[in-house]
Formats: sequence, C-alpha cells, structure tokens
Amino acid sequence: MITDVLHVIGAFFVVVGALFCVIGGIGVIRLPDFYSRCHGSGITDSAGAGALLLGLMFFAPPLVAFKLLALVAFLWVSSTVSTHSLAKAAYSQGVRIENVPRKDWTIAPPPPPAAEDAVLADAASAADPEEPA
Amino acid sequence: MTLTAAVMSFAAVAILVTMVMALFRAARGPTTYDRILALNLFGTQTVLLIAVTGFLYERPEWMDLAMVYGLCNFVGVLAVLRFSKYGSFMEDP
Repeated sequence: MITDVLHVIGAFFVVVGALFCVIGGIGVIRLPDFYSRCHGSGITDSAGAGALLLGLMFFAPPLVAFKLLALVAFLWVSSTVSTHSLAKAAYSQGVRIENVPRKDWTIAPPPPPAAEDAVLADAASAADPEEPA
Repeated sequence: MTLTAAVMSFAAVAILVTMVMALFRAARGPTTYDRILALNLFGTQTVLLIAVTGFLYERPEWMDLAMVYGLCNFVGVLAVLRFSKYGSFMEDP
C-alpha cells in the first residue's frame, strides 16, 4: 500500500521531469540566440534532470537512491559550471546578442556621470553594438 | 503493463525526442559554441536515459554507468572548450 503511494508520487515527478526535458529541447531548437539557447539547455539540466532523478528515487532501494542523490548533486554543479564557462568563452570570442538594447554596456563601461560631452561621444562610438563577431 | 514500466517508457521516449532535438541543433548551429552546447545537452540526456533504462529493465546497477558518464561528459565539454579557445590541449594559457 505504502509502496503504491510512493510509486504514484515518483511517477508524477518522472513525468514532470520528462516534460521539462522536452520543453528544454524545444527551447534549444526555437530560441533565436546563443545565450537564450543556454537558458533552454539550463532548463533541461536543472529542472528536467533534477525532477526526473528525484522521481526515480521513489522507485529505488536505499543504496540506489543515494547514488541518484549523488548524481543529482553532481549534475547540478557540473552543468552550471560548464554552461557558465561556455557562455564566457563565447562572449570572449565575439558571439553577441541579437536584437540588443541600444548600447551593450559590457563592451565599453558607461562613463562616469561627471564626464564631459566629448568623453561621452567617444564612449558611445566605442560601444558600437553592430560590431561583427 | 505496470505503472513503473509505463512511466519509464514515457520518460525514455521523451528523452530520446530531446536527444534528437539536440542533434538538430548540433548539426545546424551557426557557431561552434552552439554545437558544444548541444553536445552538453546530449550528454546530460544520455545520463538520464541510462538511469531510466536501468529502472525499465530492473537493473538499477546501471546508475554507476550513469555517474561515470556524467563525469566523462563534464570533462569532455571542458576539454572541447579549451581546444576551441587555445587550439591545443598542451599549450599553457
């Protein structure tokens, strides 16, 4: 009886995790931009894998449940680290956002508010968002 | 078909669909980093597929394989990133 209840709870989490995986895959295909695709991949890595492996814990004997817990902990650390280093490498190699706001202040930081008008014009021309990759 | 088998089959099919989507992005992606992102996604889905298949065939010992594959995937993504940035595995940054 209690085993059936645990299996139903675990089945709910497994189905939710599988749906999150499919949603992340659709995001990786459909989103327009590299950094948005990082978001889609992050959905799959955190929510999808987390909910699916958490649901599998309800079906498992205790040792296997501990292995699943270690797997969830490792995936949550390693996927965030790899996505962060991937985005950092892509930005340093010149991959830019499409449809940016008017000024991408990460290229040239905004001038201090007490600067003169000539300095402002220089900073604005240096922060050209149309710079190709 | 029991509840466990039905749920695990559904999850395995969903994971396979996601793997096909990741392969599509890896084949199409405009930049190298899109391909590496798709590779990372494919590796994570492989870990999940090994775990789910282990429960489907009632062989939960396959969780060890999933853990080893997760480690290999992480190291592999970092190695490919380093290669794409420096052009070599041996060179000091």
